[in-house]
Amino acid sequence: MTTDTIKKQRRGLHLGNRFRALPKSARIAALIAFVVLLYVLPVKGFYENLGLPIPAGDGYLPLYTTRSDMANVLFQCGYYILLALGLNVVLGYAGLLDLGFFGFFAVGAYTVALLTSPDSKLITEYNWLESPWPWLVTVPIAVALAMLSGVLLGWPTLRLRGDYLAIVTLGFAEIIRIVAKNQDWILNGDRGIPSVAHPPGTWSDGSPIFGIIDWSPYYWLVLTVIILVIFLIRNLANSRVGRAWVAIREDEDAAELMGVSTFKFKLWAFAIGAAIGGLSGSLWAGQANFVNSATFSLENSILVLAAVVLGGAGSIGGAILGGFLVIYVPEWLRSVGDVFGWPDSVEVFGVHIDVSPTSLRFVIFGALLIVVMIYRPQGLWPNRRRAAELKDRQKEVAPVE
Amino acid sequence: MNFDDLIQGFPDLTTTGLAQGSIYALVALGYTLVYGVLRLINFAHSEVFMFGSFAALWTWGIMGYDSNSGRPDLGMALLLILVALVVAALFSGGVAVVLETVAYRPLRKRNAPPLAFLISAIGASFVLAEAMGAVTERRQKGIPSILPNEPLFSAGGWTITPLQLTTFVVALGVMFALDWFVAKTRFGRGIRAVAQDADTAALMGVNKGRVIALVFLLGGLLAGVAGVFFNLKQGNTRFNVGFLIGIKAFSAAVLGGIGNLRGALVGGLLLGLVEAYGAALFGSNWTNVIAFVVLLVLLMFRPTGLLGESLGRARA
Amino acid sequence: MRQRLARVLGGVAILALVAGGAAACKKDEAPSTGGGTTVSGLKIGFFGALTGDNAGLVTPGKNGAELAIAEYNAANPGADVSLVPFDSQGSPDKAAALATSAVADAKIIGIVGPAFSGESEVANPIFDQAGMPTITQSATRPSLSSKNWKIFHRGVGNDLSQGPAIGRYLKDVAKATKVFIVDDQSAYGTGLRDEVKKILGPVVIGQDKVTEKQQEFGPVVTAVKSSGADAVFYGGYTPEAAPFLKQLRAGGFKGTFIGGDGLYDANMLSVTGKADVEGAIVTCPCGPATAAKGNFVADFKAKFGTDPGVYADVAYDLTKVFLEGFKAGKTTRADMQAFLGTYNGVGSATGVTYKWEANGELDPAQVAVWAFTAKDGAWANPTQIPKS
Repeated sequence: MTTDTIKKQRRGLHLGNRFRALPKSARIAALIAFVVLLYVLPVKGFYENLGLPIPAGDGYLPLYTTRSDMANVLFQCGYYILLALGLNVVLGYAGLLDLGFFGFFAVGAYTVALLTSPDSKLITEYNWLESPWPWLVTVPIAVALAMLSGVLLGWPTLRLRGDYLAIVTLGFAEIIRIVAKNQDWILNGDRGIPSVAHPPGTWSDGSPIFGIIDWSPYYWLVLTVIILVIFLIRNLANSRVGRAWVAIREDEDAAELMGVSTFKFKLWAFAIGAAIGGLSGSLWAGQANFVNSATFSLENSILVLAAVVLGGAGSIGGAILGGFLVIYVPEWLRSVGDVFGWPDSVEVFGVHIDVSPTSLRFVIFGALLIVVMIYRPQGLWPNRRRAAELKDRQKEVAPVE
Repeated sequence: MNFDDLIQGFPDLTTTGLAQGSIYALVALGYTLVYGVLRLINFAHSEVFMFGSFAALWTWGIMGYDSNSGRPDLGMALLLILVALVVAALFSGGVAVVLETVAYRPLRKRNAPPLAFLISAIGASFVLAEAMGAVTERRQKGIPSILPNEPLFSAGGWTITPLQLTTFVVALGVMFALDWFVAKTRFGRGIRAVAQDADTAALMGVNKGRVIALVFLLGGLLAGVAGVFFNLKQGNTRFNVGFLIGIKAFSAAVLGGIGNLRGALVGGLLLGLVEAYGAALFGSNWTNVIAFVVLLVLLMFRPTGLLGESLGRARA
Repeated sequence: MRQRLARVLGGVAILALVAGGAAACKKDEAPSTGGGTTVSGLKIGFFGALTGDNAGLVTPGKNGAELAIAEYNAANPGADVSLVPFDSQGSPDKAAALATSAVADAKIIGIVGPAFSGESEVANPIFDQAGMPTITQSATRPSLSSKNWKIFHRGVGNDLSQGPAIGRYLKDVAKATKVFIVDDQSAYGTGLRDEVKKILGPVVIGQDKVTEKQQEFGPVVTAVKSSGADAVFYGGYTPEAAPFLKQLRAGGFKGTFIGGDGLYDANMLSVTGKADVEGAIVTCPCGPATAAKGNFVADFKAKFGTDPGVYADVAYDLTKVFLEGFKAGKTTRADMQAFLGTYNGVGSATGVTYKWEANGELDPAQVAVWAFTAKDGAWANPTQIPKS
């Protein structure tokens, strides 16, 4: 790397560098303040104390999702962030393109649903269980099963490379969905599994912490889990395993020659990613109350992939930012419509075209994806090492257009 | 398992499977062409196909035929199909070129990593599909009945309808034309050169930008043709029909060996047949499972598809 | 340099967006707080798939509700009721967030919807806890009324009334002797399928399942033909049924084709096409929307430029039920809920007498299942299917 690129890179990341230049105590304090801020985000009183009343219905508060409940949107962001963190291990660290990552989410969610619902066919038809299990017990089982399915999928397929792996993983997610769709089997298809258990705990007045209307506790739970997972992944990434992954990502053949057991470490990446995906699914099921096959469409896998790359593959911060944005931006776009006097529909050549932001939010989101990829192909919050590699790539571009 | 259905319907299933496979093959060619040159899964290709299908629908609308019109006579039917083929192919080709200019070219200029291309493609796919959704109010649109339903000939339970025959013949014809184009013409040589080694080709004076635009144009033309036959066969179209066909066609391309033109044809037809037989054997709802399991098993034994990857290396 | 410029521009754009939003926000607030009285600014929520695959089954209903509110506001000077759309895309995992935000808006007094059964399973517990009255125009899963949701009201009959009616129609009216059954594996489609099978028994000679978004039905067509069936029952929705029927006809099938209310919309006719849909039969626990009473059809067409689609009339009438409540001074959720409990009135578009049982089901005496036959590109010959 030339000094020139380093300089350029410094300029590109000056905010990050300035942050890193702070004394350690200040950095930790800032981080803690930020985490506290994250925890109070869904609390309405917080905004009111800031002098920002939350408008009802049609009103608008900058960056607040008025058309969907904020705590709820944050919870959705939460489990997508978990998914993105999981896929980041597979894609960002080990460089394996997985287009069917949502399949592991499904495995986790269904495991929880089957074991905790009194209406599950395990109880009503097959008599495998006497009574539904509590949610907390089923989470480790869900994670283990997701991990197992990751290994089972990875074992035969990880020998494939690049795009072949992509299509096979996509097929895997699709197979899970179709199996789930089948009414007559255990998963009960579109009719789904109702009355899935919630996480345990009650407030002092005896009402459950994890109820139906207030979503904040679920958000706090998922936020806590995310923080734990971040520590886990950071440690892994800095360990021998993490270094092996980077080696595989950069050049698989070279890694193999240097004595890295590429297959083993790829399988590890797959299994750990799958486990995090399953964890996300089990958290979601703990909130959802109702699990059916409609949730697991292929588009969701694509969205998670977009999250990871949008944020910056290989970077934990990037995965978090990406997971947050792919849910938050479309939801937020719902709220901005009436503010700017934007019409709901226009007529062109006698054809009504619905141009409300609610209807066009995926057009806008798609355009955003393209723009971000053009101006920041390394992602919004890239891994420093990767960003540097990409800067080099940009310099290499052949001037023959 | 329902062997009776399979055996009884075998001839019928074969023809429907081949017709469906022809459509897969036409779309798969678009994936394979772009992949061969750019090593990129052009995720938005499915939407290029969808635009072609709408272009055909609108063309017929302008010519006075909608789903409620009576069936035209044979001469008119052929004219309708011919005009729709030309319009849809050009329209899809245009969309594909615009797509390349807006979503991929800026990335190429910056030498972005492959993943950035994939996400840009996904973004473009969202934009194209949802924009069409907004314009068409997300409604499903019916297609006029153009070709007669009466079988051309039937022998011992085996029938073939005019539509099935036309689809198959046109798909094969287009395929051979493309094969010839890539193998024999100057443009084709350019494509092969860039596919083999883009930088060397550029040094040798091949205009890489133009070759890539050409590849997108070709893929778009074929997708437009596929859109017309999809309309005729399925009888309706919608802003979101691209997704499923796209996945299937991409699977077909991988099945045959992505980057390989003949592979796309073989993969498409094979996938169509496997789906038809599989649906009869296990029930229609398992179609996709069967398709993917076959793909999986095949990739276990031939990790680069049936015919291997080779847009540049082999003859075609 | 260019990158920096882009970044600066982007920053400016975001600032402008936020600032503009804040300014506009202030503008918005001034009149609404100035409006003064407690009854102004009342809202009705409309909950369902307004975008996505199944939007076609729901948007006519939203338009119906809009029409009802526009008429109400025009007829009552000073009234400014508005409709708040909640677009669930028909997917249960989006439903919860929307339901929670609907509950949080104290001005929303009632909900028309949720339109589908799956999202109802998720949204209704939330509405129930918040005491938000709902009337659904099209969620017909029978089990919804047995979950002890106090706020649940159904404006149409459920699948338990429709399925057997289809069976009886095939047996007694169409005199079918060999019926092939196809369903789309949705909760709705399989629910109907099971009821139809129960009635038909050995008359059913074959069965297949398809999936949503399926376009290619060649193998099913082959199976129907080789089974020699004289009637096909399809349990599912229009997006798959229309191409299926078209491909059946193209494959040479000449028998009866019948389906439930999921097929009863204008799209089934226009997508399949006049020639191929001719003679197809659909049933509905509702009367014909395009032949709705009063000026509904003309008004709808004037406002939206299209014929009213499926459940447009039902949603119109159900919205009017809420509006009647407003007129009677029921401006809290609890009052509205009590109002619905004792409501007894005839819908002006559907002609159905709306009166609910304790579990929220429409009074069974009011549930009539109708059969419609496609004729010349329209649903014609509405005939009520005998109750036994």
